[in-house]
Amino acid sequence: MAAAEKQAVTGAGPFNGLLTWIDQRFPLMESLRSHLTEYYAPKNFNFWYYFGSLALFVLVIQIVTGIFLTMNYKPDASQAFASVEYIMREVPWGWWIRYMHSTGASFFFICVYLHMFRAMLYGSYRKPRELLWIFGMLIFLCLMAEAFFGYLLPWGQMSYWGAQVIVNLFDAIPVIGPDLAIWIRGDFVVSDATLNRFFAYHVIAVPLALLALVVAHLLALHEVGSSNPDGVEIKNVKDPKTGKPLDGIPFHPYYTVKDTFGVVVFLIVFSAVVFFAPEAGGYFLENNNFIPADPLKTPMHIAPVWYFTPYYSILRATTEEFVFWALVPGLIAFALLIIWRVKNTRTRVATGVTTIVLLLGLLTLDAKVWGVVLMGTSVMIFFFLPWLDRSPVRSIRYKGPITKAAIALFVIAFFVLGYLGTESVTGGRTLAAQIGTAVYFLFFLLMPWYSRMDKCRPEPERVTSK
Amino acid sequence: MPARTGESHLEMKALVVLLALAAPLALAAEESVSLDSAPIDPRDVASLQAGARTFVNYCLNCHSAGMMRYHKLLDLGLTEQQVKDNLLFTADKIGELMTVALTKKDAKEWFGTAPPDLSVIARARGADWLYTYLRSFYRDPESATGWNNMVYEHVAMPHALWTLSGQQVQVERKFKNMEQAEAVGRMQRNAWKIDVLTPDQAGKDGERFILKTIRTETAGSLSQIDYDILVRDLVNFMAWISEPNQLARKQVGYVVLLVLLVLLVLTYLLYKEFWKDVH
Repeated sequence: MAAAEKQAVTGAGPFNGLLTWIDQRFPLMESLRSHLTEYYAPKNFNFWYYFGSLALFVLVIQIVTGIFLTMNYKPDASQAFASVEYIMREVPWGWWIRYMHSTGASFFFICVYLHMFRAMLYGSYRKPRELLWIFGMLIFLCLMAEAFFGYLLPWGQMSYWGAQVIVNLFDAIPVIGPDLAIWIRGDFVVSDATLNRFFAYHVIAVPLALLALVVAHLLALHEVGSSNPDGVEIKNVKDPKTGKPLDGIPFHPYYTVKDTFGVVVFLIVFSAVVFFAPEAGGYFLENNNFIPADPLKTPMHIAPVWYFTPYYSILRATTEEFVFWALVPGLIAFALLIIWRVKNTRTRVATGVTTIVLLLGLLTLDAKVWGVVLMGTSVMIFFFLPWLDRSPVRSIRYKGPITKAAIALFVIAFFVLGYLGTESVTGGRTLAAQIGTAVYFLFFLLMPWYSRMDKCRPEPERVTSK
Repeated sequence: MPARTGESHLEMKALVVLLALAAPLALAAEESVSLDSAPIDPRDVASLQAGARTFVNYCLNCHSAGMMRYHKLLDLGLTEQQVKDNLLFTADKIGELMTVALTKKDAKEWFGTAPPDLSVIARARGADWLYTYLRSFYRDPESATGWNNMVYEHVAMPHALWTLSGQQVQVERKFKNMEQAEAVGRMQRNAWKIDVLTPDQAGKDGERFILKTIRTETAGSLSQIDYDILVRDLVNFMAWISEPNQLARKQVGYVVLLVLLVLLVLTYLLYKEFWKDVH
């Protein structure tokens, strides 16, 4: 019989028999080996490398608390707001479950942003990890969709008007826009129909995609192996006898114990917010969202939750003046740069044609359309990082002053845009957001050139530090 | 978050402007009122009980607290009988919600707008806002109810507590510079705000800074300090009903953090033990 072909499992005491039985019918030991006990990770992971496992941990928190919330929440425009308060007041420990979920949403973004920033610092997206990065970006998109759909569910004023503003953005798309917006809402305004479908997306559609992508992300990671703060491949230097990387250590037990410690540190910060400041000063739970949704009363100041504010700032910064004085000259300059530097006739022609089409669009279509385009691009542009970065080295440790300055400016721009997105608009703030927007995009668009001309130090043969 | 006044004015306009994205929001140079800090304490049971009494007598006729059950008032150290005798006016059973008989339709007809439910109002507005607002009504012959408010201009709500607070009027004083106006403003017991005129509007004497305050004209049944205490208790109660589990939340929090700190030490030692031979 086939069941007898695999070797018996040893070392599990009284469970040897059971594990052998399973292993002969399911690749149990092989999976444990390839993903945990014999998955070799570089030994020099630093602080930044905690956030991948932490993001996974928050995902689990969100799913588990979400299941319990779903048991008591009513996706009905006339009952949703009160059902959330019912959870807060009358469901045993409901307030705890709900605060973990609302705080978890913000911490998910904190972890994912730091995880992405780690990849940018150490060039983790570089060949052969492009697909790993793309899966990660798709997870990020799903996370944004998940947060957006979930934010409507408490049916407060910010939920309602935030959804109204964002869905109305689709209205800006030429020709199909208005019909598309109605199709998304299922109504002419955000209403009960919208709440029901957003609930469906939030509790089943997006989480399914999210989980599948997380699996793909991990499989891709384990196929190519983890990068590290030095950006060198540990696979290149192996022990000639065992064939194992000299700078690698098995993920289990080394990183499982280290990440467990990380999870406890995370839980301390997380619990401090959940139990002592669940509103986080109005950033995690907004004051206006404690007013039930009222389609007839527009709040004076509509702002998305903090994790969306950088992109919202970019949207608002795109005024007619910005299109004319910044986007048009910027596009022409960028096209000339490509035509001048890239010695390839087809690329040059394609650039020329694209530029003319875009220029026509910039000069004829409404600035609002370009605001939506820029906002979308500001997220999607991360997908291209593996191909924009032409540096001979991966890690910031060996990159030169230009890259370091560029990353610093980008981080400042991201924070400034994030802050401005929470505030109401004034002339000065719009100008600041426009400068921030320019810096944000130049960081990506000029990367093929500055990353190549930067004076980099040579990468070491093997990982440094411990 | 800063206090927001006059939300009802802007209505759809704000959204249209936001969506057009063409120009910065043209907000009027409306000076917001400096809010007094509300001296509330969710552990002060006597204050919460006093607040509950004021709440059911003065608020719970037009305003509901529809997400709050009378039964939860037992958490304030009251017995079921005490709640039934003193606080249970709008329902028959202690397990019922704190609703009111006033319908939305009637309310719209009488006040122009339905009075908001007060269950979570303290989380929407903030305790400081409520504390200042309830002490900032003044007589305004031009308004429909005869009342206006420093914090919420043209508010639809009449001054429900006026028999206690007495009647106030708004007083304007002109100043040549902001510092002077602010200095006098800070000495006020009640809310104050400063309107700034353009040099053209101010005319020759150049007194551009108008300090607006309120002054009591006819005394009510309570002294000013007793009225402030009454409002403090009332706001304390509203802050409590906005999250009746807030004390339990913090108590659980201390235990959770303590357990996590122990785990922190254990997991750190475990991590160091495993890693001691990684060089």
